[in-house]
Amino acid sequence: MSIEVTGVSKRFGDFVALEDVSVSIPSGRLTALLGPSGGGKSTLLRIIAGLERADAGTVGIEGLDATGLPARKRGVGFVFQHYAAFKHLTVRRNVAFGLEIRKRPKEEIRRRVDELLALVHLEQFADRLPAQLSGGQRQRMALARALAVEPKVLLLDEPFGALDAKVRKELREWLRRLHDEVHVTTVFVTHDQEEALEVADEIVVINDGRVEQIGTPDELYDSPANDFVMRFLGPVTQLGSQLVRPHDVAVAVGADDPDAVAGRVARVVRVGFEVRVEVSTGEQLVLATMTRTEFLRLGVDVGTTVSVRVVPGAPVVPVVPDGSPVRSGLEVHAG
Amino acid sequence: MPVVAGGRLTRASGLGLGVAMLWFSLLVLIPLAAVVATAAAGGWSGFWQAVTNEQTAAAIRLTVGTAMLVTVVNVVMGTLIAWVLVRDRFPGQRALEVLIDVPFALPTIVAGLVLLSLYGPDSPLGVDVANTRAAVFLAFLFVTLPFVVRTVQPVLAELDPEVEEAAASLGASRFTTFRRIVLPALAPAIAAGAALSFARGVSEYGSLVLLSGNLPMQTEVTSVRILSSIENDNLGNAAAVATVLLAVSFAVIVALDVIQRRVGRRG
Repeated sequence: MSIEVTGVSKRFGDFVALEDVSVSIPSGRLTALLGPSGGGKSTLLRIIAGLERADAGTVGIEGLDATGLPARKRGVGFVFQHYAAFKHLTVRRNVAFGLEIRKRPKEEIRRRVDELLALVHLEQFADRLPAQLSGGQRQRMALARALAVEPKVLLLDEPFGALDAKVRKELREWLRRLHDEVHVTTVFVTHDQEEALEVADEIVVINDGRVEQIGTPDELYDSPANDFVMRFLGPVTQLGSQLVRPHDVAVAVGADDPDAVAGRVARVVRVGFEVRVEVSTGEQLVLATMTRTEFLRLGVDVGTTVSVRVVPGAPVVPVVPDGSPVRSGLEVHAG
Repeated sequence: MPVVAGGRLTRASGLGLGVAMLWFSLLVLIPLAAVVATAAAGGWSGFWQAVTNEQTAAAIRLTVGTAMLVTVVNVVMGTLIAWVLVRDRFPGQRALEVLIDVPFALPTIVAGLVLLSLYGPDSPLGVDVANTRAAVFLAFLFVTLPFVVRTVQPVLAELDPEVEEAAASLGASRFTTFRRIVLPALAPAIAAGAALSFARGVSEYGSLVLLSGNLPMQTEVTSVRILSSIENDNLGNAAAVATVLLAVSFAVIVALDVIQRRVGRRG
């Protein structure tokens, strides 16, 4: 294990940011800390980096107890959401900063910086100031700067959060490829479930200062530990007392299936290749999504009597009685 | 905003530039030119005689030297106070925030009275600096206190703490972070404050005139010297001294700008 967080708690005044959090992060992997804003994931990352001090608990990095170590002695690379560029220094000097303060020989610094600039595709921008770069370029510069000192772990706090959707998508694919090349243990914070599912080897879901679930993207998606995780990973709908994904709801014409719930089609919305069918079962509005082809084969329209059931083997989670009522229709959290 | 169209000023920006230049000329350039002209009226020898007069030269040395020393102190202390006001939270902070401006707001002669009663012959503190050069230093320090604080404070408040955290995570100590990351960002503001502080020091009159005693060759400053020249109907002498001060102030402002650019780039 590369990072070992044990029993960490942190409060800001009355606000509990983290409560008795324990996480082990494996070496050489790309791990996502996923959760809603204010859930404590950034605080956890900052505690690992030594930028924030935990009220209780310990942090181990590569087998070393780092709990009392200041940030500069932890051997951690940190990338901030808003780049934290050194505005008065050129791209080259930004990347060289960590090496310069370690008083490495000039020739070595030049060589290493050249390598890193090539790695992040910024060779031709070496002599520009950060203000002359786009957001995506600035973030790549920040990444090269963090990698320059060969950190034991690389921590990224919402690294693509300030970028527009297209650049964000490019950069996260690029981060994945970069990680496959560099292999440094990497932890990144995100509130975007798609980003986490797409990029990470392992996901830690954090909410309300607690860890909800740890697992691979497949594990999380196929067997969510609770309704929070299930809701957070994508759209859900409620059928009876169960939470289910709308594409795992099967719709059949007629009301003769004894295992299914009978209802009436209340609304049909087509969004591109996907068709959303809302079925009213009397006390609930159940959402089912299907492809256009499936919809045409089914041949239903508003008012048709149908029966709905969960596809056998699909992941379901019981609805917590005091939990907020599930609306029909799409529930997209964050992203 | 397009100021220049096809190498020419647009009508609006031309008008703006004209108004600015007229205003600047009326208030600054013409009076300054008049002073220099008056100084030059006596010819080079007259000018040289006026400024090398033993008593005048002593006043210029005292004023410029003390103003420089005070400016150095202000650069350090002003930055420190600004730091404390922006970065720390403590009881009485709001009060201190307001108090910083008192030397701005106070009529200088009132400041002089305050200083006289506190550091004069009847000092309740037992500190009597009346009629000494320390009095000049103290008066300069008092009136120039807010300049660096007030120029540095907003820049420091805008400084992103994440930048310092980034430096720390790259292995920089607090001192290194300050020297290589924070200081270059503050340099223009510090230089601006220092220039204001120096200019104010050189021109100070009201706050020191009571406490310093205005002893020729000892505690007499240039502003007092200029006034006595005028009282003796020697406008040429006064203008000559004023011209020297003008040149020194200009040189200091240019020097500060050069230093500021150096620090800003170095990092």
